[in-house]
Amino acid sequence: MIEAVGLTKRYGDKTAVYNLSFQVRPGAVTGFLGPNGSGKSTTMRMILGLDNPSAGRVTIGGYPYRKLPNAPRQVGALLDAKAVHGGRSARNHLLSLAQLSGIPARRVDEVLGVVGLHDVARRRSKGFSLGMGQRLGIAAALLGDPQVLLFDEPVNGLDPEGILWVRNLMKSLAAEGRTVFVSSHLMSEMALTADHLIVIGRGQLMADMSVKDFISANSADFARVRTPDTEPQQREKLSAAITEAGGHVLPEQDGALRVTGLPLPRISDIAHDGDVRLWELSPHQASLEEAYMRMTQGAVDYRSTIDQKEGLQQQLPPGAQPPMPVPGQGQPGWYAPPPPQQGGQPFAPPQSPPGQAPAGPYGASGVPGAAPGAPAANPYAQPAPQAPQTPAPAAPPAAAPPAAAPSAPAADLTKPEDAR
Amino acid sequence: MAVTQVVRSEWTKIRSVASTVWTLSLAVVVTIALGMLISALSKAEFDSLGERERLSFDPTFISFAGMSLGQLAMIVFGVLVVSNEYSTGMIRASLAAVPQRGTFLFSKLAVATALALVVAMATSFAAFFLGQVMLGEHKASIGDPGVLRAVIGGGLYMTLIALFSMGVAAMLRSPMLSLGILMPFFFLISNILGNVDATKKVGQFLPDQAGSKIMQVVTPVDDETPYGPWGGLGIMALWVIAALIGGYVLLKRRDAQ
Repeated sequence: MIEAVGLTKRYGDKTAVYNLSFQVRPGAVTGFLGPNGSGKSTTMRMILGLDNPSAGRVTIGGYPYRKLPNAPRQVGALLDAKAVHGGRSARNHLLSLAQLSGIPARRVDEVLGVVGLHDVARRRSKGFSLGMGQRLGIAAALLGDPQVLLFDEPVNGLDPEGILWVRNLMKSLAAEGRTVFVSSHLMSEMALTADHLIVIGRGQLMADMSVKDFISANSADFARVRTPDTEPQQREKLSAAITEAGGHVLPEQDGALRVTGLPLPRISDIAHDGDVRLWELSPHQASLEEAYMRMTQGAVDYRSTIDQKEGLQQQLPPGAQPPMPVPGQGQPGWYAPPPPQQGGQPFAPPQSPPGQAPAGPYGASGVPGAAPGAPAANPYAQPAPQAPQTPAPAAPPAAAPPAAAPSAPAADLTKPEDAR
Repeated sequence: MAVTQVVRSEWTKIRSVASTVWTLSLAVVVTIALGMLISALSKAEFDSLGERERLSFDPTFISFAGMSLGQLAMIVFGVLVVSNEYSTGMIRASLAAVPQRGTFLFSKLAVATALALVVAMATSFAAFFLGQVMLGEHKASIGDPGVLRAVIGGGLYMTLIALFSMGVAAMLRSPMLSLGILMPFFFLISNILGNVDATKKVGQFLPDQAGSKIMQVVTPVDDETPYGPWGGLGIMALWVIAALIGGYVLLKRRDAQ
């Protein structure tokens, strides 16, 4: 159990972490998210007693780290995988760490096997790839068989096989009742690995809740509706009808409509009653990434702008089209649909009121994995926003576009490969 | 956290990097070889020396002439042992494993100093005996008064130089910065300050100027140094202690970057 109370760190007049209070509980993987420079690493360093907090405190099992008896046997950490003397072999690096806490040398060979580095154990770590370095760092964290584990960006530079391995490792460590605290930028990873999320931005706590709650609190599902492009009056008509029925309509750039507040079958019925043909009616589920981006929009320190290439612009060959900007590049506000506001109706609330279609309008309610029987869809693995996502058999959208038929296999493909 | 565990770990660290072997063997080779060369040259020039120079002729001290360069390799050894931790980032893993920073620093220094002492003593004795061989009929014997003290003192001097460098590196953390300050200081600045009359009064209290007094057997004519051989080594030890305290206090108080 890690507990931070009012944790604050200032470097000169810059405040890296401000008044952070949270608890990391045993038996679960707790994800630690935040934009670059938001204070994640500083917080981890304070947990490990490497930095002294300017105010507040952080304890592990009730002790500040520097007072913890036999700390390396209780806490294992991967902070910076490259923090290894390049001239030292992997085995000697681990051996020196093992000797610090009286761990026998055969444990070193054991963890080298666990992380898959036994073949290169006697090679200098200078020649290690990023992924091998990461494995070495994880080996160091596992060395003392600790009850509390901290990982800062553990999957950086790992290949897919390594990422899967780390994911399963985290889960199995948590399942053994250990406290696992993982920071990452990879939302897809966190969606699959973490049970609980702590989100910080600009050094302050933004959220401390379960992954499910986080997604439903920060993003709403919506339906994409497209009427025939050739008949704009149909679009007007449908918009009016939907608004009248209590839905919210937001026009999209390409002429489609984004509808919140109404279940899909209801939209189809409205269209049918109004004699409007539909070219598309597709469900969209918010991903953890969207929810995260929406929440941290205001707290991002380093934001990209459109590369104008001023002075570098080359003459386009005759007839060539200037490239279209990729959505999202320097366009704030594209992230996710607005979260349910007061006054606005949340679309597809997880606990549907009685009398409504079972299990929400899209089959699976807004939370991945919430509908029993429905395979837990990876909320992030959705390759394109147009792809229908929910494979749940319950209440398939009546007027679903042709893409509805292949939706089940498509969803299977997007299913995470975690075999646990 | 048992100190023996930390010491064992530091020994693993120090023996598993190539820089240890390189810097220490360089110190040995340079000190001995340069000492032999200068001894041989001194023998050849002895006949052309004046009366005063002959009175000040100190065969023991001459055989240690290589130390002026050999100590630079010792400085590199001392700096690298400490600053490697910072330049590689290993310090974070080390301090996460040994939250008691005093135990960590002094175990590291103890291991490195013990190793340096063994190497320095061997170097000092080898430099003396091989230098005397080169000096031929002008040689001193280990049994002569003050000679054994000078030879042991030479080993202590090199060890203290390494320890001083470790303290400075613990304060400065960066190997480049530490070497950039220590190397020119001991190679040039200290020598200049110690030999220019205007600054001699101050220069003779610098660590290497004071410490090298222990290697002298024959006091030069009209020497006005206000301390003896052991007094000089004591002054050097004070410098070393100051550097170590500085390194310890800063490590204790600073964030581990």
